[in-house]
Amino acid sequence: MERSFVAKNPSVLVFLAILSLFTLGVTVLSEGFGIGVISTSFVKTLGKTLCLCLIAVAMDLVWGFTGILSLGHFAFFGLGGYMIGMWLMYERTRLIVVESLSQAEIPPTSSEVVDAIGTQIFGVVGSSEFPLIWAFSDSLFLQLVLVVLVPGLLALIFGWLAFRSRVTGVYLSILTQAMTLALALYLFQNDSGLRGNNGLSGLQNLPGVTVSQDVVSIWFLWASALALGLGYLLAAWVVSGKFGSVIRGIRDNEARVRFLGYSVEVYKLAVFTLTACIAAIAGALYYPQAGIINPEEMAPIASIYLAVWVAIGGRGRLYGAVIGAAFVSLLSTWFTGGQAPDIPLGFYTIKWVDWWQVLLGVSFVLVTLFAPQGIGGLFDLWTNRRAPQRHGAALGPDESALREKEATE
Amino acid sequence: MSTLLEVSGVSVTFDGFRAINNLSFQIGNAELRAVIGPNGAGKTTFMDIVTGKTRPDEGRVIWGEKSVSLLRMSEATIAQAGIGRKFQKPTVFEDQSVQENLLMALKNKRGWLGVLFYRPSKGDLEKVEELAAEIGLKDELTRKSGELSHGQKQWLEIGMLLAQEPRLLLVDEPAAGMTPQEREHTTDILVQAAKTRAVVVVEHDMEFVRRLNCKVTVLHEGSVLAEGSLDHVTSNQDVIDVYLGR
Amino acid sequence: MLRLFLAGLAILCACLTANAQEGGLQPILQEHQEIIAKSSRKTIGPAIDAIASSGLPQAQVMLETWAAKNVWMRKSDGLFFAGKKAEGRSYELADFDTGEIIGTFEKSDLKQLKPNSGIRAMIGTALVQFQLTDPDRAKRLAALTSIQRDPEGALLEPLRASIDGEPDADLKAQKQRLERLLTIGYDEDTAARVAAIEEMSDDLGVDVRAALNPLVVTRLQTAVDLPSDVNIAGVVQPGSDDLSGDTAYDLLVASDLAAPRVSADDIRAALAANINGGRVGGVPVAQLNSDAARAQAYAVLAEAGTVPALITQTDIDAALGAHVFFETYAEPSGEVTAAAEKALDQIELKVGLNQTLDLTLDAISLASIYFLAAIGLAITFGVMGVINMAHGEFIMMGAYTGYVVQQFIPDHTLSIIVAIPMAFAVTFAMGVAMERLVIRWLYSRPLETLLATFGISIALQQLAKNIFGTQARPLTAPGWLDGAWVLNDVVSISYIRIAIFVLAMIFLGLFLYIMKRTRLGLEMRAVTQNPRMAGSMGINPGRVNMLTFGLGSGIAGIAGVAIGLFAKVTSDLGSDYIVQSFMTVVVGGVGNIWGALAGAGMIGFLQKGIEWMNPSNTLAAQTYMIIFIIIFIQFRPRGIIALKGRAAGD
Repeated sequence: MERSFVAKNPSVLVFLAILSLFTLGVTVLSEGFGIGVISTSFVKTLGKTLCLCLIAVAMDLVWGFTGILSLGHFAFFGLGGYMIGMWLMYERTRLIVVESLSQAEIPPTSSEVVDAIGTQIFGVVGSSEFPLIWAFSDSLFLQLVLVVLVPGLLALIFGWLAFRSRVTGVYLSILTQAMTLALALYLFQNDSGLRGNNGLSGLQNLPGVTVSQDVVSIWFLWASALALGLGYLLAAWVVSGKFGSVIRGIRDNEARVRFLGYSVEVYKLAVFTLTACIAAIAGALYYPQAGIINPEEMAPIASIYLAVWVAIGGRGRLYGAVIGAAFVSLLSTWFTGGQAPDIPLGFYTIKWVDWWQVLLGVSFVLVTLFAPQGIGGLFDLWTNRRAPQRHGAALGPDESALREKEATE
Repeated sequence: MSTLLEVSGVSVTFDGFRAINNLSFQIGNAELRAVIGPNGAGKTTFMDIVTGKTRPDEGRVIWGEKSVSLLRMSEATIAQAGIGRKFQKPTVFEDQSVQENLLMALKNKRGWLGVLFYRPSKGDLEKVEELAAEIGLKDELTRKSGELSHGQKQWLEIGMLLAQEPRLLLVDEPAAGMTPQEREHTTDILVQAAKTRAVVVVEHDMEFVRRLNCKVTVLHEGSVLAEGSLDHVTSNQDVIDVYLGR
Repeated sequence: MLRLFLAGLAILCACLTANAQEGGLQPILQEHQEIIAKSSRKTIGPAIDAIASSGLPQAQVMLETWAAKNVWMRKSDGLFFAGKKAEGRSYELADFDTGEIIGTFEKSDLKQLKPNSGIRAMIGTALVQFQLTDPDRAKRLAALTSIQRDPEGALLEPLRASIDGEPDADLKAQKQRLERLLTIGYDEDTAARVAAIEEMSDDLGVDVRAALNPLVVTRLQTAVDLPSDVNIAGVVQPGSDDLSGDTAYDLLVASDLAAPRVSADDIRAALAANINGGRVGGVPVAQLNSDAARAQAYAVLAEAGTVPALITQTDIDAALGAHVFFETYAEPSGEVTAAAEKALDQIELKVGLNQTLDLTLDAISLASIYFLAAIGLAITFGVMGVINMAHGEFIMMGAYTGYVVQQFIPDHTLSIIVAIPMAFAVTFAMGVAMERLVIRWLYSRPLETLLATFGISIALQQLAKNIFGTQARPLTAPGWLDGAWVLNDVVSISYIRIAIFVLAMIFLGLFLYIMKRTRLGLEMRAVTQNPRMAGSMGINPGRVNMLTFGLGSGIAGIAGVAIGLFAKVTSDLGSDYIVQSFMTVVVGGVGNIWGALAGAGMIGFLQKGIEWMNPSNTLAAQTYMIIFIIIFIQFRPRGIIALKGRAAGD
């Protein structure tokens, strides 16, 4: 009866194979390591897309499987980016400062170096002192630990407060949205210690690395692909066993799980925190490729888009989340980048830069209404699975339970 | 007969409406008990209190040999302590297979880390099959429970309760919506279960209660009106007035 | 000099009218011919005095002409005339006394009087007495305003002199008030100043505080012994919270009472200047990358006398111990400063009370904005359980409707009257369409509704951007809503905000009326509580839901018009309000209009309260407020006004 993990989840192998092929293909076609068909900036776009796919996997875990529609996961994504950005910015500025101070007649003391770095980094917000939160920014290792620790801790505290008081459904969604808004507003302040709305910049330059961006971009592509592969594997493993059963149970009927003796709050908290950490790692890989991070990125709307991606890809199936994130974000880049051809109607020309959002919004409504399985549902046509005939009833009483059309027989 | 659960002097008020009024109730180990009463008598609220879903305004709920109070415990810890509950509507996890449903209910570690690294042992799988046989779902193990018939779902839920190996089973209207054959089967399962543990059945249907052949508690307006054998309570004038006589 | 001039002016003013001279202005001018021609600020005083006190009506004209640099001296006889540019390089001169034109002269025959700014200021002061008694009310008012803006001791006497003759009651009151304020600042008599201070000590005006504050300005000073000839506010101890040791020592250095510290930069510069064969004071340059090594090298240099010695903490402590630090008032009179301090305390207290009142009014107005924004949501979310992320966009559409209406109806009052029902109609239709097309397929699926309406929200936002562009569009309030209701200098509230408060109250009443007194309200409540039962009683739940949703949306549209009146109308107007609106509904308690009211009240007061504690930072205020709300939900998960028990539906 009980089969091995891979045998039960053949899609994992397929996914990993496609991911490796994709990475290999991009490497061969890239400017850094291959024949140079794909520009470095497009390699970066692809690398960033992989990171977005990773956070989409996290979102699917928390929403598609556990039923918590979190509108706050981009806050964790951003925090992860900030944590790694602090080290990148500190270390790079340090190298520049040491270089310039070495020209002086007297060698600088360590405190002079730190002061000079502080002036460099915080001059833009009219300060030169290092705030307390930068205490570990000189250590890559500690800052890497913080990438997971800070968002994880925030998720833990917030989740504990929210789940403990049994806030569920839309209330929880609004609360997570409020949390994101609060964090973004806080970071917008100049005295938040993270350079206010200037954010952190120059993150694409790895300190001490002299090779060109052509090569660095491929490194990051590899790292992102590796992270996505591992994240996918982890998520697939988590949902495959009894833990998966329990969280899907929580999604469809929370009270019943509770009466089975499972402490629902703890499970929700575990998933919420785990996914926050995955999101943070995705962010830590994303922003060095983007080069700049500012609080704008953490606005609540980003997290809603994340839900949109997962919904369009198909929630409750991990590959759906990946497809949704990759498809929508790449399409969005294509449309907003001005590459899509305009459509002249004679009396009016549809410029996609202006109309893409409208198209996205409307298609999102259509997907929610008519194809709740999303793009992932196409695979069911192929494998001949059909939605159960339940006369419109959902699979559970809870708000986030699977709908008739979302489920498969 | 030692007492397994003792409820004494419990009252609950919802917005001024007294759903449970100074209710006292006892049940021993390995006892089958039927609770009957008209609508609004407080049967479901009584179950809510015992399972921790509703906190009473006053009174005590004492459990087990060690006499622990259930009032401070959460639903999950009460369930872990050995109280299983079956809801009025069959509530199984419809998106999951019968086997997954039963495995989830099977008495095992409930902590999240334990569950995360849990892989079913041979013994667990055998136990699941046994249970499935007992509730007549042996051939449906890999089917999604959402596809089962109404009666099958009820049995699956009872099976899940048995898998929990509770010491006290609270069963809310198990026979609702069942065919006569299904009812008979249900009675058998419950009577069988009551040999090793305490079972409290809330039921409307007198015929079903009669077949259970056990002590009966009649609730009315949130407190116990009468208690005893079915024949005893049906001959009680009060009971006839408020319930049977209508 | 100034005092002399003041005294002179005072005396002259007293006998202003009696002193009218028969011979006209020119003789007086000639009397001071030399100093006028010399045009020096130091010596000009008597000349201006003489002109101002001549009592001649033409004196004012002459002074004005002078200040405007239009007085010319004829070189041939030294007489002064008003000059006016004629053809070429010639000027037309006119006599001051008779006003008659005496002829046109070449520029070379003339000398222009060019009073510098100092002299012009003195002329201005002298002119004030004329302006204060000018028959033209507007001129008198202008003179008063100029004194208010730029008070000066010299103006006190002319002002006093003009009070009795003032025919206008309003101006007279203003003059009297100004006289009191000038007395506080500039009167010679200490007793008179103290009396004036006490008299004004219950006045909330900003001008009173502006008059009092300079009196209590202190300056930190230091000396070996406490001097006795200055008005000392208090002695401060260095190292206390009021005065850090470093600041105190810096003051000593600035007062040349102690040697300056040698900063880290100084050390580095000194070391760099004294590198000798790759070493400084025996320490190799490469090793100078720590403070200890630098101090060692510097000590060697100091010993050799090439650099000043380091100032140690002991030196600093000794210097601080040897001196006394104290704050002195710029105002020499102790009585005056004491009275001013006392009056300021008194005013402060009163201002504090009034500020609280003002803050309360602000909070109420903010609360009514939130209430307006949230009331539609309270209907759709609270009554129907439908979460509408596009609610903010309905507010935006309402505001744009108002804008479009104003493009066709230029009269602001009329256009607002038209815009309100128009906005309601537009958003009502939009809401009904949305309910029919999207939401009704998603009942009992609130999370999907949330996402679908979000899709609508981004589409609508972008549509608005495509149609109206990204720049803000004005929605102008009618003129009678301009301005503010001013209670005093502290408490004021703009009419628009009052109007919004009134509007919010009207909506509250309207909502209660619809829910409690109309058929629709009855059906709405029935459908909310039990849709199936309501359906079997002959109510069409679909129709009721549609109307309910339309109503909620329509109210959002009207709220949009109201919000557009004071906020900029842009495509993301709605998203600024959406989170707050949800917070309002959630905090207040779902399914209850009073809950929305309580939520709006709480959030409004909270936000204003936090802003008051940290006024510089509205971003932080919002952050803290949201954190507070998250914590609040812990204790009252169902909001302030919660439905309890079974009705809440677990």
